[in-house]
Amino acid sequence: MTTVPPILTLRDLSATFPDNNGGLQALERVSFDVHPREFVALIGPSGCGKSTLLRILAGILRPSAGDVDFGDLRQPRVGMVFQQANLMPWRTTLENIMLPLELSGDADAETRARALIELVGLTGFEHNWPRELSGGMAQRVAIARALVHDPDLLLLDEPFGSLDALTRERMWMELSRIWQARQNTVIMVTHSISEALFLADRVLVLTARPGRVKLDLQVDLPRPRADEMRFTSHFGNLARNLKEAIE
Amino acid sequence: MFAHIEPMPNLTKRAPSLRLILGLVAAALFLAGWQLTARLGGLPSFILPSPADVWTRFLLVLADGSLLSHTLVTLTEALTGLLAGAVFATLMGYLIARSRVLENLLSPYLVASQAIPLVAIAPLLVIWFGPGMFSKFLICALIVFFPVLVNTVVGVRAVPAALHDLMTSLRASRAQSLLKLEVPAALPVFLGGLRIGATLSVIGAVVGELVGSDRGLGFLVNVGRGQYDTALVFVAVFALIALALTLYGIVALAEKKLLVWQNVER
Ligand SMILES: Nc1ncnc2c1ncn2[C@@H]1O[C@H](COP(=O)(O)OP(=O)(O)O)[C@@H](O)[C@H]1O
Ligand SMILES: [Mg+2]
Repeated sequence: MTTVPPILTLRDLSATFPDNNGGLQALERVSFDVHPREFVALIGPSGCGKSTLLRILAGILRPSAGDVDFGDLRQPRVGMVFQQANLMPWRTTLENIMLPLELSGDADAETRARALIELVGLTGFEHNWPRELSGGMAQRVAIARALVHDPDLLLLDEPFGSLDALTRERMWMELSRIWQARQNTVIMVTHSISEALFLADRVLVLTARPGRVKLDLQVDLPRPRADEMRFTSHFGNLARNLKEAIE
Repeated sequence: MFAHIEPMPNLTKRAPSLRLILGLVAAALFLAGWQLTARLGGLPSFILPSPADVWTRFLLVLADGSLLSHTLVTLTEALTGLLAGAVFATLMGYLIARSRVLENLLSPYLVASQAIPLVAIAPLLVIWFGPGMFSKFLICALIVFFPVLVNTVVGVRAVPAALHDLMTSLRASRAQSLLKLEVPAALPVFLGGLRIGATLSVIGAVVGELVGSDRGLGFLVNVGRGQYDTALVFVAVFALIALALTLYGIVALAEKKLLVWQNVER
């Protein structure tokens, strides 16, 4: 389909955590490619190693076997949104978003952070502390922080899990708008079939622990995707495929 | 119609003047009780001087400059000891927090060292290092060391693992993690230790001075006691209280300024 080399190749990736009886295997020989600008959703039962996989890709954990190849990028810039907003409570909205740029020594950190604040709709809250923000706002700060340094790879770990349904769907719109404007490569963990189908180019379903890739589904729904899309028969078919794979 | 939603009025917040008045009333009652006990109890002034006696004595030592110079001596001992003890404890605490090996190696000694009553070894330090300010500086540094060390260890250990993960995902260097994560995250607990250390260091200085010295507020207490000048002892004690409260207040103020993010209302 495409001749561009993958931005990311996983080969037989396994992850085992030490425990009292021979180690707990979280991932077992996971292999897949991700192409530049692809939006990949990861679905799988709780505890099957989705977060572990993202943490390996972010360089936080080392796999116990197999390897991760970022091709020409070697050391990609990573933006990660964790399951919790994970903000620094002693930094304001603006300062939290500026963090990645501060670490890389970027000169116009503030200008870029302010642009991101506008993008995620937090104008007016630049100087608020995290504890003054609602859950949804904090999560948007986390998303802005993950995007501000223009990462090669955006890793999202159930980014909208803590939000109410209305906010969540608004965030879908915002995320797909941001992604289309910036064209990053995204890997997003989610529990929601409609979230995966609304946002992703491709959905990977993992088995229960130890996680293996069970289904690799292309989502060929046209973009921009709107709410009404959910009532089309094609959407229904894709959703059924996913549901069967998840069990 | 309400223009704004406001919290319910709160007496202690809305009426700082009321709190001030209550405080003044309590102080006045205390002084009156003291004056009455001293007068009606028929106690001689070298047992219990009246507030008026103490005030007169205070004006005397204030005028001849001796109160100020002795206070400065004690303040210098307490401050330098606090600084040295805190710096050393912070470095050591950080290393212990980061290294299990170091913790296992050192913590038995550190805990055991807390069983040594400092009051009892103060005479030794004065014998070894003389009656000057240096022995007091050492006592202060020793007494400040432990609470600051413990709070540094606890503070650094309490840095959320998820924030460490964030820094790793952003490829932060060791120095960046220290400055942008560990220091600010550990600061609240660390400052709590420093606040305790600040009052302890004044105690350390006085203990040293009581054991043997020729200057300082502890020396002034000894002089007053030796000459049955009990009013002078009272003056020195009040000066010590003021000193300890000032140091405590400085740290508390620093906490308030540095930890604004903790105090905002939701
Ligand atoms: N640091 C760790 N130490 C030991 N076990 C872990 C650790 N992190 C995750 N696990 C275990 O690995 C499995 C996969 O965890 P995780 O990747 O968080 O799952 P998911 O995100 O898919 O719910 C779980 O059984 C979890 O308990
Ligand atoms: Mg998870």
